[in-house]
Amino acid sequence: MSKKIREYLINRRDNQYEVVIGLEVHAQVLSKSKLFSTSATKFGAEPNTQVSLVDAAFPGMLPVINEFCVKQAIKTGIGLNAKINKRSVFDRKNYFYADLPQGYQISQFKDPIVGEGKVIIDLPDGHKEVGIERLHLEQDAGKSIHDLDPQNTFVDLNRSGVALMEIVSKPDLRSPDEVSIYIKKLRSIMRYLGTCDGNMQEGSLRADVNVSVREKGSKEFGTRCEIKNVNSIKFMQMAIEYEANRQVDLIEEGKIIDQETRLFDTKKNETRSMRSKEDAHDYRYFPDPDLLPLEVSDEFVNKLKSEIPELPDDKKKRFINEFKLSAYEATILVSDIEIAKYFEEVVAKMGKNKDMKLAVNWITGELFAVLNSKNLEITQSPVSAKNLAILVNLIKNGTISGKIAKTVFELMLKNDEDPQKIVEEKGLKQQSDPKALEELIDKIINNNREKAIEYKQGKEKLFGFFVGQAMKASGGKANPQLINEILKKKL
Amino acid sequence: MSDITKQSLTELVESIKNKKLSSSEVTKAFIERSEKSKVLNAFITEDFTSALDKAKKFDQKPNLNLKLPGIPMAVKDLFCTKNVKTTAGSKILNNFVPTYESTVTENIWSEGAILLGKLNCDEFAMGSSNETSFYGNVQNPIDKDLVPGGSSGGSASAVAGQLTPITIGTDTGGSIRQPASFTGTVGLKPTYGSCSRYGIVAFASSLDQAGPMAQNVKDCALLQEVISSFDTKDSTSIDFKRSHYSKDLTNNIKGKKIGIPKEYRVDGMPKEIEDLWQKGIEYVKDCGAEIINISLPHTSYALPTYYIVAPAEASSNLARYDGVKYGYRADGENLIDMYEKTRSEGFGAEVQRRIMIGTYVLSSGYYDAYYLKAQKVRRLIKNDFDEAYKKVDAILTPSTPSSAFKIGEKTNDPVSMYLNDIFTVPVNLAGLPGISIPAGHDAKGYPLGLQIIGKAFDEQNILNIAFAMEEKINFKNKITDWWIK
Repeated sequence: MSKKIREYLINRRDNQYEVVIGLEVHAQVLSKSKLFSTSATKFGAEPNTQVSLVDAAFPGMLPVINEFCVKQAIKTGIGLNAKINKRSVFDRKNYFYADLPQGYQISQFKDPIVGEGKVIIDLPDGHKEVGIERLHLEQDAGKSIHDLDPQNTFVDLNRSGVALMEIVSKPDLRSPDEVSIYIKKLRSIMRYLGTCDGNMQEGSLRADVNVSVREKGSKEFGTRCEIKNVNSIKFMQMAIEYEANRQVDLIEEGKIIDQETRLFDTKKNETRSMRSKEDAHDYRYFPDPDLLPLEVSDEFVNKLKSEIPELPDDKKKRFINEFKLSAYEATILVSDIEIAKYFEEVVAKMGKNKDMKLAVNWITGELFAVLNSKNLEITQSPVSAKNLAILVNLIKNGTISGKIAKTVFELMLKNDEDPQKIVEEKGLKQQSDPKALEELIDKIINNNREKAIEYKQGKEKLFGFFVGQAMKASGGKANPQLINEILKKKL
Repeated sequence: MSDITKQSLTELVESIKNKKLSSSEVTKAFIERSEKSKVLNAFITEDFTSALDKAKKFDQKPNLNLKLPGIPMAVKDLFCTKNVKTTAGSKILNNFVPTYESTVTENIWSEGAILLGKLNCDEFAMGSSNETSFYGNVQNPIDKDLVPGGSSGGSASAVAGQLTPITIGTDTGGSIRQPASFTGTVGLKPTYGSCSRYGIVAFASSLDQAGPMAQNVKDCALLQEVISSFDTKDSTSIDFKRSHYSKDLTNNIKGKKIGIPKEYRVDGMPKEIEDLWQKGIEYVKDCGAEIINISLPHTSYALPTYYIVAPAEASSNLARYDGVKYGYRADGENLIDMYEKTRSEGFGAEVQRRIMIGTYVLSSGYYDAYYLKAQKVRRLIKNDFDEAYKKVDAILTPSTPSSAFKIGEKTNDPVSMYLNDIFTVPVNLAGLPGISIPAGHDAKGYPLGLQIIGKAFDEQNILNIAFAMEEKINFKNKITDWWIK
């Protein structure tokens, strides 16, 4: 397939425009305590119950780096195939806001903990490398709540000081779809690593989206606009689409695009100017004198490297090689660590004589359908991997037919019951005794003499009728393969 | 009773340990003298009732193994003290009562000392005369209408005036050593990282350091021993082996090499200071130390460097005083208006000046020319000392370029005020320990101090040199109790 088909271009008159996108993803570090304090980070706690004196910036309070968060950032850097900087510096980004108690955010400006790296994204027609510019650690701010009271703004500092990783991509993305795939891949890698839960509803993953357009074929970048703090993939895609078209319209009208920061209004589906370049904050970055430069040894990094689990790209390769899965199947199964875990457990539980194809079909078919319809995560699956493996094996060894299996699966959904037990209790075991089946078929042929003659005279369509009758007589339990063989012989 | 307050810390500890005096008697004596000394305005907050209670409790079950058994002590109001108002000399913290205790004061109380109250200081420790305090000027016990120096002016006044047997100050550019020099007392600025900054209202984080202020070197050594500790709550605290400063104190400095930096002979330095320095040189020679002339070539850049680095850090450190969470808040039409009014009304002129300087030198377009350059010069200044310490064990300089001046004399001339710190600032920039000891008087009879600068973590050495010199100098502070009618 040619790549041209997937190219995302905006057409105006005779002009074609390419969209250039770079993302600054803010991923909340999965950690029990904050970046510079020991307060808890649990989501959804009562306002201002997870706030220490440090988080609220009381006089004389000092930040102390949380080593675990540093490890998480380095692990993520390793997962992004990135350079780990052995020396990094925490800077203060100074600005005033009610939910920023210190009056500055501790971030990393010139010397981030992680340097350049790359992420491979799988596209329908191959894959693409997206460059990572850097990853740095920083504190989150608190939350201003404006809609609780007409006169006052409330501030919740639970989030204040929570560790974030800002992952900055190079301007390598070219369409809303690529953005979606990139974010999902990033999320997947971090979930494999256990460094970010990737929960977008809870704000654990959000992004600033940089968008510019240029005429197709042009080597120069256009003027970019930054869309701040978009918190779902769908909104990112909508914002990019709106923003790219807005910029193209400006160019077509002969107008100039201002480099500015914009907001995405999810209700009106449009981006709006927040502040222009001239009004941009002067953050007065300087190294935080309360914190020494962060230095990590080779030994420290190597130990973390040794703790990195198999990541999606490697797992996918292994699934293809070891289990002979198609690239498509493997991509789906490795896309989320929990799905991969489930699948691997099914594989393990199936034992020696396993039917991989059948297992994949059952997971991506029946199981996914149930999860989708019930809006469940695979970790909440009503059917355990162990029992699904047993079910697949029952089909594989001929104990039940695929059709009966569906009935059994329905019954398993209730209490994750052992399919073996269901088959036995409900008497669903496939009839595979040739003698019994022969008797049954003899009876059917006897009862349908005329149709048997018609079949012999060439009306082959009637074969299906006999199969149906046999299945019906057996209560659906007859082994369909055997029925076919016996019928062919007898008719 | 009045004899009690004349005793040094060491004598008081001895008296309490020998049960010649009770903590209550000592505490009461200092409270009574403080009550009679309100003119000095050394205290911002008195905690006398509570102090007497604590002293009584101590006497009921005295633990005499502690280093400061039942010793009453007032501290600079820059140290956060649990349940006792802490203002940093500012209106913006006028109503601020911490729920926590600074590590340094915690160390002091756990050795048995008792809080007397909180001592006046320049607002956020920004000043050299205690005149920037929202809580008014502090009088120098040496003479009426004389500044006690700053920023630890209340602390210096209280020790010299015998309102507290000993105290702690903080020193960012000379705020312990300069007021010590102005009041005829001893003040030590320890190595950066020696005393925890946890719970001290921050001025300039990379320079701030707490230290003891005392009547004599031995007392100073004892308190340094108590307050210096490695603290995991301060990332810049350093885990080094700390001496038993008072136990290991010796006047034997034979063979020590003392450097005399030629760059400290600044233009326009009064002859009295020059003479004092010369006398100091003779004293150390008498003690058997060797004098070596050295050069610290970047000294003249220290003050300008300091007045970039310190305001830069301050402008950011003071951003938290915004009226949102604690402290003073002015009404405003909206958030920005509230910020502007709160900070305009809550901060005094000097603090506002430094916030503006700091904001300016950090702003984009100026950062490289000012802040970055200053950091580079700071490194050169430190290198100067490193070079010098290849040849010498310590450095002897004057503490200040003049004796104490009159209240109001320099308030309209900030640059002349800043020049007060010309000899002390390089020490902070290099993170080194420095001690000021009283060494003589000028023609007006005002005390003058000499400064001994040490290698990093070598507090013991400069304490020893100070101890030896103290003996030779035999300085007598002229406290006439002029303020007590």
